[in-house]
Amino acid sequence: MTQINRLTGGLIDHSKPLDFSFDGKSYQGYAGDTLASALLANGVRLMGRSFKYHRPRGPLTAGSEEPNALVELRTGARQEPNTRATTAELFDGLVANSQNRWPSLQFDAMAINDRFSNFLTAGFYYKTFMWPAAFWEKVYEPIIRKAAGLGSLSMQDDPDAYDKGFLHCDLLVIGAGPAGLAAALAAGRAGANIILADEDFACGGRLNSETFTLDDADASDWIAATLAELTSLPNVRVMPRTTVIGAFDHGIYGAVERVSDHLAVPAPDKPRQIMWRIYTKRTVLCAGAIERPIAFENNDRPGIMLASAIRSYANRWAATPARQVAIFTNNDDGHRTAADLQAKGVTVSAIIDTRADAPSSKQAEVLAGAQVVNSLGRLGVKQLTVQLADGSMRHVHCEALGVSGGWNPNVHISSHQRGRPEWNTKIAAFIPGKDGPDGLSAAGAAMGVFSTAGALESGMNSAISALQDIGISTKPIKLPKAEDAPVNLQPFWHVKVGKGRAWLDQQNDVTVKDVKLAHRENFRAVEHLKRYTTLGMATDQGKTSNMGGLAIMAELAGKSIPEVGTTIFRPPYTPVAMGALGGRAVGKNFHPTRKTPSHTWAEEQGAVFVEVGNWLRAQWFPQAGETHWRQSVDREVIATRKSVGICDVTTLGKIDVQGADAVTYLNRIYCNGFAKLAVGKTRYGLMLREDGIVMDDGTAARLANDHFVVTTTTANAVSVYRHMEFCRQCLWPDLDVQLISTTESWAQYAVAGPNARKLLQKIVDPEFDISNEAFPFMGCGAITVCGGLRARLFRISFSGELAFEIAVPTRYGDALIRQMMEAGKEFDAVPYGTEALGVMRIEKGHATGNELNGTATALNLGMGRMVSKAKDSIGSILSERAGLNEPDALMQVGLMPVDLTNPVVAGSHLMAKTGPVNAKTDQGYITSAAYSPILKTSIGLGFLKDGGNRKGEIIRAVNPLNKQEVLLEVVSIHFFDPEGERLRA
Amino acid sequence: MHSLKAITALGGNEAQVDTVHGLTITECPDWAIASVAARMGKEKPLVTAFKKAMGMALPKPSKSTGKDGITVFWTGPDQYFVEAPIADNETLADTLAEALKRTASVTEQTDGWVRFDVQGAGCSDVFERLCILDTRTMAKGTVSRTSLEHSGCFVMCRTHAYFSVYGPRSTAASIHHALVTAAKSALG
Repeated sequence: MTQINRLTGGLIDHSKPLDFSFDGKSYQGYAGDTLASALLANGVRLMGRSFKYHRPRGPLTAGSEEPNALVELRTGARQEPNTRATTAELFDGLVANSQNRWPSLQFDAMAINDRFSNFLTAGFYYKTFMWPAAFWEKVYEPIIRKAAGLGSLSMQDDPDAYDKGFLHCDLLVIGAGPAGLAAALAAGRAGANIILADEDFACGGRLNSETFTLDDADASDWIAATLAELTSLPNVRVMPRTTVIGAFDHGIYGAVERVSDHLAVPAPDKPRQIMWRIYTKRTVLCAGAIERPIAFENNDRPGIMLASAIRSYANRWAATPARQVAIFTNNDDGHRTAADLQAKGVTVSAIIDTRADAPSSKQAEVLAGAQVVNSLGRLGVKQLTVQLADGSMRHVHCEALGVSGGWNPNVHISSHQRGRPEWNTKIAAFIPGKDGPDGLSAAGAAMGVFSTAGALESGMNSAISALQDIGISTKPIKLPKAEDAPVNLQPFWHVKVGKGRAWLDQQNDVTVKDVKLAHRENFRAVEHLKRYTTLGMATDQGKTSNMGGLAIMAELAGKSIPEVGTTIFRPPYTPVAMGALGGRAVGKNFHPTRKTPSHTWAEEQGAVFVEVGNWLRAQWFPQAGETHWRQSVDREVIATRKSVGICDVTTLGKIDVQGADAVTYLNRIYCNGFAKLAVGKTRYGLMLREDGIVMDDGTAARLANDHFVVTTTTANAVSVYRHMEFCRQCLWPDLDVQLISTTESWAQYAVAGPNARKLLQKIVDPEFDISNEAFPFMGCGAITVCGGLRARLFRISFSGELAFEIAVPTRYGDALIRQMMEAGKEFDAVPYGTEALGVMRIEKGHATGNELNGTATALNLGMGRMVSKAKDSIGSILSERAGLNEPDALMQVGLMPVDLTNPVVAGSHLMAKTGPVNAKTDQGYITSAAYSPILKTSIGLGFLKDGGNRKGEIIRAVNPLNKQEVLLEVVSIHFFDPEGERLRA
Repeated sequence: MHSLKAITALGGNEAQVDTVHGLTITECPDWAIASVAARMGKEKPLVTAFKKAMGMALPKPSKSTGKDGITVFWTGPDQYFVEAPIADNETLADTLAEALKRTASVTEQTDGWVRFDVQGAGCSDVFERLCILDTRTMAKGTVSRTSLEHSGCFVMCRTHAYFSVYGPRSTAASIHHALVTAAKSALG
């Protein structure tokens, strides 16, 4: 395969050919190529279609600032849209496809938009798509959605793994060009901990693209020697293929390392990319500078590129976009491209220099004081129209044009955290300002120091200064001799000749006309300019266009460029795959999984599990022949109430509370009284928030005078413990109380039902009397089980049955459930899950999170009298607010359908039996509902206005979303065993 | 002797051991842990009582000490974990409570935690993928609280090639998975 535009030399390996395909066609490149350089070498200039007008486009740049050459890289599940061909490392078998075109890149039907450009100017969508109103949802929006976006997703799960990690250093050097290498070398030799990161796969920065010598030898010699020394130092970490994406608070930088993107597929077990958080004391930004173009009519044709990019392709990648190239420049740097091209055998047809006093050139005719006013060649530039100094027009033939409007220091990262760059008149560009991220300084071209000698020196000095700041003394190093050319630039932002469109932001298709329109319509502030025109809002963030837009707005507004200012810079510096932000927290590993002590045993029983926060809890235990969950749940409820059931309740929070002031402390935490709780007794406790709303409920068991175990709901275990620690440490540091969580430490099972005691008497060691007399309802104590294992027993009941909760150290939890089920065989004991647990507690009218919903007070729960007025406790005062104590306040009630075959639907709102259904007539809502196999009907709990006085009333439950209305009777919340006889058996 | 058989945090009868690219990750179930938290005004008496009972001074913040197979590490202001071989010390909490009298509140923490020992030259390469700790510069004997792949853990540096991770027991499988996955990713 011929690479017709391949040159000799460069940093590629001509002995290592690589096969790749683009839009279904096969090509060859070499190791060290990017996709863009390989395509250019093969004579391919057309690589994309623009966003709005679908104009044919080629690469503008040779780096990550690229606006046009965006491709879909790879196929199948690993396909990634908007990949910059200019930075995609070529590998054998690479497959890429162009995007945003149909049916093909060469012929794109959507280019019809280009003919309607007058109607598609900036902000057109604010003025259209309004009539008729009915068209919006059904016609306009679908069309816009289809047309929007550039690349497409595979719609398959990303199969790659991404790591996240944490790095620490004294000095982070961002960029491994001459400034960064000098900084890292000086700092590394001083023994400081250094991280040197560069987004490129080859360190060296701009030196890789130039023909400069260092110490009269190839720059690559010095680069190689420097890297060899740096990688040999144990205190230096060199990270190529690593883009620092942002400066975050407290000296934390984000960096994405592309571990495997240059390989066909990642090696087994290895990540595709790593998202690093770098914690650094100081940072030197050596991110170089980005060249800026000059806008002129039809300046966006394939082959029209930044002059420095053409130079990169020629010098580093041994490729040229064409065999005949012209240059358009306002500074000396454009001439360099001409010289390097000619050295590689490429013809330079002309150097069009806007400066009247432009220097002459050995490579080509220099047209001084001239400007390019138009170009021809839809699928690739063929010819330029040039206005000479005397006003006459000339045609210049070329198949590529290198444009150089000067250089913009890459101030992006130094402007994070609302830093504002400063204007530097000498280079007519912004440089990093003084209010950027703490601890960050810039060096080299990033600071506006453009020569190589300048970059080396400023890099070294910045490192020395930064390390001095943190007490590390660093010696200057010997820097190689390097070029030190001055900047000879005359600002020239855009060609004013010509009526057609001149492009600024090529990715979002924003032209000079759009900036003028924004100004005319009074969107003149720079942030308005950006959003009204979308200039700078594409994936390249306007890296090659913001400056041009600002300069034109400045002209129109009669202001200086710094007066117009810049928009806010935000991370990430370049696009980041969502997978890198998620790391390993994907799928089953989205969050850690917490397993109960009986988990393995429950799996063996075929339990169906439910996620409760991070926990997996058995929801029900289907038996052979059961095909629907109601069969299992109904059976578990009936069996438990008939004989005995066992449920793993380990997940409920357990907090160990000790200390001389433990009782005083609990009395302040709970709204009900605990001062008189006897040792060996447990009490239900209600915790309020400071504003009087119920926060959580649970129990406190007094194991000794100064020792309690407090329980919480599963969902609030962490938040209640946090609250309790806050109270202990911050509210009452004068109290002698110590806390620690024991949720994990003890396996805990509820054993409930008429035969619960009989079962437990086979487990609890005989010296412990658990008869009703010796161990009455709400008793607690330390016991031993199964021949001496330490355990705890609590006689509390959520189900309303005769019930105990038994706890053993977690490692014995598996053995205990097995032993209890064995012991329970004679009683037909069943395991029951969270569903049956829920049914039984609703039957008994016990509140849970559904009722403790963050708006309910003790009064609403029918527990108003539990808020003791004999002492102060959290929430007590504010619970007295008038608004929480209206005469018709919501009250918890029980609800049963009038027609017992009807369902009670949680979430339904309660209305009067007849009348309108709206917010004004709303009477309350249903919080919990379940089918009760005991009562053989659906039942529910809810909050009803003045519910305490409405027992027996028939009301309506309405569910307008599903057009459901059910008549319900208001009943007591205690559906089952209202006297509590079973509890106290 | 009671009849109930213990299982490890990962649910096995034996401790789980994995070797990944020269790094071993070992589940360590045979340790009893008790939390010791000084009672108010008893901070100094606790130091004395502890020295008398255990023959050791209480460690400074983020530090650990050890003697005769027993380790003590700092877990908060005037709070410590005491770790002893479980074979002879299953009722460690009771023993300590008795010895320390009411200078401290003692709580059994044995089965609140799973301990994984990570040993090998690549320890730091692995930990830097899991938590914020700068394990390369951690001093020997330091114990830090950290979030390790979203689980709150203690990480102890015994040497730079030997760390112990203490995490919530219920989350053992997730923590183990995170350790092994990071080792496979970072090493080899």
